[in-house]
Amino acid sequence: MSEPHPTDIAAPVLSISNLSVQLPVQKHRVLDGISLDIAPGETLCLVGESGSGKSVTSLAVMGLLPKKVLAVSGGSIRLEGEELVGAGDARLRALRASRMAMIFQEPMTALNPVFPVGQQIEEVLKTHLDLSARARREKVLAMMEQVHLPNIERVYASYPHQLSGGQRQRIMIAMALILDPKLLIADEPTTALDVTTQKQILKLIKELQQRMGTSVLFITHDMGVVADIADRVCVMNHGQVVETGALDAILRSPREDYTRRLLGAVPSLTPRPPRPDAAREKVLSVSELAKTYASRSLFGQRRETVAADAVSFTLGRGRTLGIVGESGSGKSTVARCVMRLIDPTSGSIRLGAQEVSDLSPAALRPFRKRIQMIFQDPYRSLNPRITVGDSIAEGPRNFGVPAAEAHKRARDLMPLVGLPDDAVERFPHQFSGGQRQRIAIARALAMEPDVLVADEAVSALDVSVQAQVLDLLAGLQARLGIAILFITHDLRVAAQICDDVVVMHKGRIVEHGTAAEVLAHPRADYTRELLLAAPGRHWDFANFRPLAPAPALAADA
Amino acid sequence: MASSHGDAGALPVTRPRFLPNLAHLRFAPTLAALCLAIIVAIALFAPLIAPHDPIAMLPTQRLKPPSATYLLGTDAYGRDLLSRLLYGARVSLIVGLGVMVIAIAVGLPLGLLSGYFRTLDAILMRVMDGLMAIPSVLLAIAIVSLSGSSLTTVMVAITIPEVPRVVRLVRSVVLSARNEPYVEAAIAMGTRLPAILARHLMPNTYAPLIVQGTYICASAILTEAILSFLGAGIGTETPSWGNMISEGRMYFQLKPQLIFWPGLLLSVCILSVNLIGDAARDILDPRLKKRTGV
Repeated sequence: MSEPHPTDIAAPVLSISNLSVQLPVQKHRVLDGISLDIAPGETLCLVGESGSGKSVTSLAVMGLLPKKVLAVSGGSIRLEGEELVGAGDARLRALRASRMAMIFQEPMTALNPVFPVGQQIEEVLKTHLDLSARARREKVLAMMEQVHLPNIERVYASYPHQLSGGQRQRIMIAMALILDPKLLIADEPTTALDVTTQKQILKLIKELQQRMGTSVLFITHDMGVVADIADRVCVMNHGQVVETGALDAILRSPREDYTRRLLGAVPSLTPRPPRPDAAREKVLSVSELAKTYASRSLFGQRRETVAADAVSFTLGRGRTLGIVGESGSGKSTVARCVMRLIDPTSGSIRLGAQEVSDLSPAALRPFRKRIQMIFQDPYRSLNPRITVGDSIAEGPRNFGVPAAEAHKRARDLMPLVGLPDDAVERFPHQFSGGQRQRIAIARALAMEPDVLVADEAVSALDVSVQAQVLDLLAGLQARLGIAILFITHDLRVAAQICDDVVVMHKGRIVEHGTAAEVLAHPRADYTRELLLAAPGRHWDFANFRPLAPAPALAADA
Repeated sequence: MASSHGDAGALPVTRPRFLPNLAHLRFAPTLAALCLAIIVAIALFAPLIAPHDPIAMLPTQRLKPPSATYLLGTDAYGRDLLSRLLYGARVSLIVGLGVMVIAIAVGLPLGLLSGYFRTLDAILMRVMDGLMAIPSVLLAIAIVSLSGSSLTTVMVAITIPEVPRVVRLVRSVVLSARNEPYVEAAIAMGTRLPAILARHLMPNTYAPLIVQGTYICASAILTEAILSFLGAGIGTETPSWGNMISEGRMYFQLKPQLIFWPGLLLSVCILSVNLIGDAARDILDPRLKKRTGV
């Protein structure tokens, strides 16, 4: 079936040719004749936006397509020459773990929460090899050593919830590689992790790959990650392969339009030129804000968790302030305190001249309209049972705007956020994620607020959609003079939209300055660490060329 | 790239599926709905279709076997068994539906408030725990002995222990829904509490309440029958399947039909309601669907 590849010297470890996968009932093709090869020891990055079929490809290789929902309808998948399409369940089970293995995005759900992780790795050995209990344990501990887990004896007996996200992913990798498979499929393995952890995991995968000679099929949506780890890149869109080529060729001279657009949408890590700070008027001032969660154990011992401490910043009219940090840094806590969705423990929050941190819910209500929020998950931030128009009109109606006028306002907002007029009569489920985020923005704008709090508002979106939503926010800001408090973990996004940046770490502000200063010449060690961990930081994707490293970072790198 | 663009491979032939809806219309729920519809019709039109007065006693016609005049025979007081059976459907349905409606009408607002306010929740849920600890049969006997037996007292007695089940269900739905971003967005938009409860939180409870409602209905019908059988329920001047079984008990070795027919109708009625509840759950909440073989 598959013709010998003229450019490859060694036979490919995995060879997919003309593979099609479809929904058996509707006959809709999810994968439409894709072909790709992975050479021994090579890392092939499968890149694409959501719905491009990259995860379906990996599941088809593993023989893990959900039965009755998706079925291979043609083509071939060969693992070291052995045909996998149509192979029996028993054969596939034997191949998994021993010849091909997979790691997933969310290690917490991929691990069984009620067994110690060491036992779960041993399970693989029990299933596939006939070893004594002692030999198994030694092999597991050796593997855990190889993935650089600390205190392996203790970790061996730990349950998944007792480990950090990075440690859990290391366990998954140990489990995947313990039988020395020829092919490792990694499906967005670092997407749920913080950048600093991501960097370590990527390094680990690279190191093990070189030591064990494993081929890696790495699935990701993040061009930065691709630039850091890929040997070759395969770009997918709508179930088809758009373009395949060596990393450098794809990044420097992409042949296809789609690839160009995908790369062009990646926000640059270089901060945008600073805007003059004309506005003297401060619409939001936060000073010495603190939030502490107290819990009391059964025996009356008080335990305090400091989520945010001594947080101070000001936001001028028409400016954008970014709060940047990893998970657990307290950036969302600050946003929710500012919105008064949770009550701060101490400190002051002033909207204009009005102190709002200690107002009762009733007294606070008139000031609600001056500050509005956009949430991370556009699928959950709109009530699914209410039409878009009603959702948008709800706010103005709460403040006495007559129903007809509120609905007219909703309709007028649609072109402003780039949606058709008739969108107001439809329900949220009839829109894509990016469109829903536009609806959420329109809902916030309907209140005519002074301040917009965007909590990871573009993190759940594909890069091309992300770029559109960021453009929309910037345009609205220029036109309406809204101040934006932009919470994000993504330094690239922060570099493109923020005037000023606050970096938070463990509930405290570690650095505060203009975006240009903080992101190009960081002073705090932690900020420097974050920037060094940002994937693909040597590459200027939109201009298809490598980036000269910033002088302040070059010394450390 | 080199790739062999041959034919698309052997496509698995799937059978034509132009009748999926009929195939999915499962047998048991359909039959259950049909049975329940018949019972409802019987209850509605009992005066029109009953051949005799269900409470008229004819001492000369005691314990007659089935005949042309008395299709199912008569009971120990000479009352027509068939007529009493038909009228008995009324009590069962009134009790079943009435308890369901009252329990939801009381439980839904309590559950909404309890799920939203933490302090109220702590107090209210302890009260509910207390109510749930009372066995409904014992409570009914106590209430009936205090205020006499009637349809109202029986319904009150059955409703009280059902309310906490509704409250707990609604509360759990509200607890998870109130952290949804769209509820927080409503708070941020200055939406007042009653609107948040009614517009954003309450609709989430409808599906589970419909399912729970059918179970409450079935259990109320059964409890009424038990109470009537124990003599703590509705007096025999109003025929109910429960008190018919109770009266027939003394003669059942002689005339087994006296308890067979009311028992059969009672079983069919409760089974139907439960099957409909299962079907409603499968449709409204596919996650809980029982795994069935192909």
